[in-house]
Amino acid sequence: MKWKSLVKVALRSIMRNRLRSFLTMLGIIIGVGSVIALLSVGKGTQSDISGRIQSLGTNLLIIVPASSGFGGVSWGAGSWNTLTMSDVDRLERDATLISHASPVVRVRGQVIAGRNNWYTQVQGVSPDYVDIRSWPVDLGAFFTEREMKSMSKVAVLGATVADTLFPGIDPIGARIRIRNVPFTVIGVLSRKGQNMMGDDQDDIILTPATTALVRLSDGKTVNSIMASAVSEQMVEPARTELGLLMRESHRLKENESNDFGIRTQTEINETATSITRMMTLLLSSIAGVSLLVGGIGIMNIMLVSVTERTREIGLRLAIGAREADVMVQFLVEASIISLMGGVLGILFGFAAGAVIGKLTSTSIVADPLIIVVSFLFSGVIGIFFGFYPAKKAAALNPIEALHYE
Amino acid sequence: MPLIELKEVTKVYRMGDIDVHALRGVDLVIEKGEFVSITGASGSGKSTMLHVLGCLDSPSGGEYILEGIRVSGLGNRRLADIRNEKIGFVFQGFNLLPRTSALENVELPLLYDRAGRIKDPERKAVEALTRVGLADRLHHEPNRLSGGEQQRVAIARALINEPAILLADEPTGNLDTVTSMDIIGIFKELNSQGITIILVTHEPDIARQGKRMIELRDGRITHDHTVSASGG
Repeated sequence: MKWKSLVKVALRSIMRNRLRSFLTMLGIIIGVGSVIALLSVGKGTQSDISGRIQSLGTNLLIIVPASSGFGGVSWGAGSWNTLTMSDVDRLERDATLISHASPVVRVRGQVIAGRNNWYTQVQGVSPDYVDIRSWPVDLGAFFTEREMKSMSKVAVLGATVADTLFPGIDPIGARIRIRNVPFTVIGVLSRKGQNMMGDDQDDIILTPATTALVRLSDGKTVNSIMASAVSEQMVEPARTELGLLMRESHRLKENESNDFGIRTQTEINETATSITRMMTLLLSSIAGVSLLVGGIGIMNIMLVSVTERTREIGLRLAIGAREADVMVQFLVEASIISLMGGVLGILFGFAAGAVIGKLTSTSIVADPLIIVVSFLFSGVIGIFFGFYPAKKAAALNPIEALHYE
Repeated sequence: MPLIELKEVTKVYRMGDIDVHALRGVDLVIEKGEFVSITGASGSGKSTMLHVLGCLDSPSGGEYILEGIRVSGLGNRRLADIRNEKIGFVFQGFNLLPRTSALENVELPLLYDRAGRIKDPERKAVEALTRVGLADRLHHEPNRLSGGEQQRVAIARALINEPAILLADEPTGNLDTVTSMDIIGIFKELNSQGITIILVTHEPDIARQGKRMIELRDGRITHDHTVSASGG
C-alpha cells in the first residue's frame, strides 16, 4: 500500500470527524504546548539569570565576615565583623591572582538635595569597584585614588538616585547631604537594572570607602571585600590565595577556623541554574503527564474508530488488505492526529510563552531543538498509543467484521 | 483444468461446547464462464460455502483448488493476496465507504494490488463504472445514490481487479423486485462477456436466474442441475 494513499485515507477519516479529531488532539496540543511554553520560558529565565549574575561583575570573589556565636547561639553572618581596611591593603599588596580589590562599606541613610530627599543605600568603595563590577559612569567621573586617600566628600549617584534627586537637571557639581554630611556629586553611574532578587541596583550612592568609614560609619567596619580574579580559570586558585592571605592578615592560628567566608560568582551561578533546572524539570514532568493523558485520549478515540469502522475493515480485508495493511492504516491515522496536535501545540506553546514572557518580562528563547524534539515526540505518542487499537483492527476476523452491525 | 475444484471439503465450527458441522464433505467443480447460483435454507451451509470459495475462511478438511492453486492450507497473507487478485465480492449491504465518491470506492481494491497488475487505476475505474451503467455518476457519494446504484458501484468495485470469479452474497437482499432484476441483468450481461459468477441467495426466483443451480442442505449438496433456457 502506497504512503500517499495511506496518508490520504487517514486524512479523509480525520476530516470526516473534524470536531472529534480536534478534541482528540487537544490533549497533545496542551501537552506539547505546555512543554514548549515552559521550556522556552525556562530557558529564557535561565539566560536572564545568568545575564544578571554576569552583571554582578567579572570573575567576582566576595569576602564576607563569618558568622560567630557565643555559648552555642549563632549570631548569623556578619555578626562578628572582622574585615578591615588593612585586610584590603594586604590583599592589594600581596595577592597575585586578583586584578582588583575594593572594600565595601554599607550604610543606609537619608539623602537631601535642595528640596528633594531620598532614603537610599550608600556604599563606600575604592576606584577599583568600577572595574570589578564593570560599571562605568555615564556622566562626570568616578573618584580617584587621590580622592580616596584624602577622604574627599565626593559622591557618584546611581541612575535611580540621580533621577529622583535631580529630575531633568544635570547633577554634576551639585551639593547633597548624606546623613547631614555635605558631599559633592561628581558622577552618575550607567543604568544596571534589577539584580537577581529584583532589587533596583541603581538605587545607590557610591563614595570613597575612607570617607564612608569615617564620616558615615563607625570608622572601622568593612562589610565585605570584592575582588576580581585575573581570569575565569583563576577564580578558584584566587579563592585559595585570598583565604591564606586573610588568615595571615587576621593572624589566625592553625587550629582556628576562618573568621570570614569567600564566595565566588560560579557558586552563585550554579545555585541559580540548579534552581531553574529544578523548576524546568518539575514543570516538564507536569507537561509529561498531560502528554500521557493526551496519548490515552488518542488510544480511546482510535478504539472507538476501530469499532465504528468494523465493516470497513471487513471490506478492506475482503478485497485483499493484509493484516499489516490495516494495522499500518490505523497507525498512520493515529500518528497524523498526534502530529497535527504536535504542530498546533508548538504554535500554542510559543504563543503562551510569549504571553507569559510579556507578563513576567522575561525573555523567550525559541530553541529549534525543542521544536524538533516535541514534533517527533508527538509522532511517537501517536504510534505508541495507536498501536493497541491498530493491532485490534488488524486482528478482526473478516467474516465477522463484514457482517458487523 | 477447472476454475474451481472442491474435494471432500468440510468445515467445523466450535461454538461453545458444540461442534457445528457447516459443511460435511462437499465435492464441486466449476468451470470458467459458468453462472452458478448456490441456494438453500438458512443454516444449510451456503454462507460457509461462500466464505470458503471467497478465501475468507479455510476449510477444516478436504481440498480447495482455485485456478490450479491449492488454496486450502495457505496462510493469511497469501489468502489476502489471492482475494485481491482472483476474487471480486458483492455483498448484500453494498459495503461502500461513506463520503467517498463512486470512483474512489471502485479504485479501493487497487490500493492492495501489490503486484501492480493494474496500470491506470482511474481509467480502469471509469471503465468498470461504465460497464455497470454509471458513467454519469462517477463523483457521486453513496448517500446520493439509490440502492440499485450503490450495488452497481459495488459490482464495478468487484470487477476492477479483473477477478477470476465474481462472488455475490445475497446481492439483491436489500433491493426491491424491479431493481433486483436490474442487478441480475448486469450479472447476466457480465457472464455473457465471459466472467464466472457465483451467486449465493435464499430466494428461489433469483437463484433460477443462473445457468446452474446448486442446492445445499445440512452441509451437503442435495441438487446440482442446469436451469432450463426459459429462465423461469
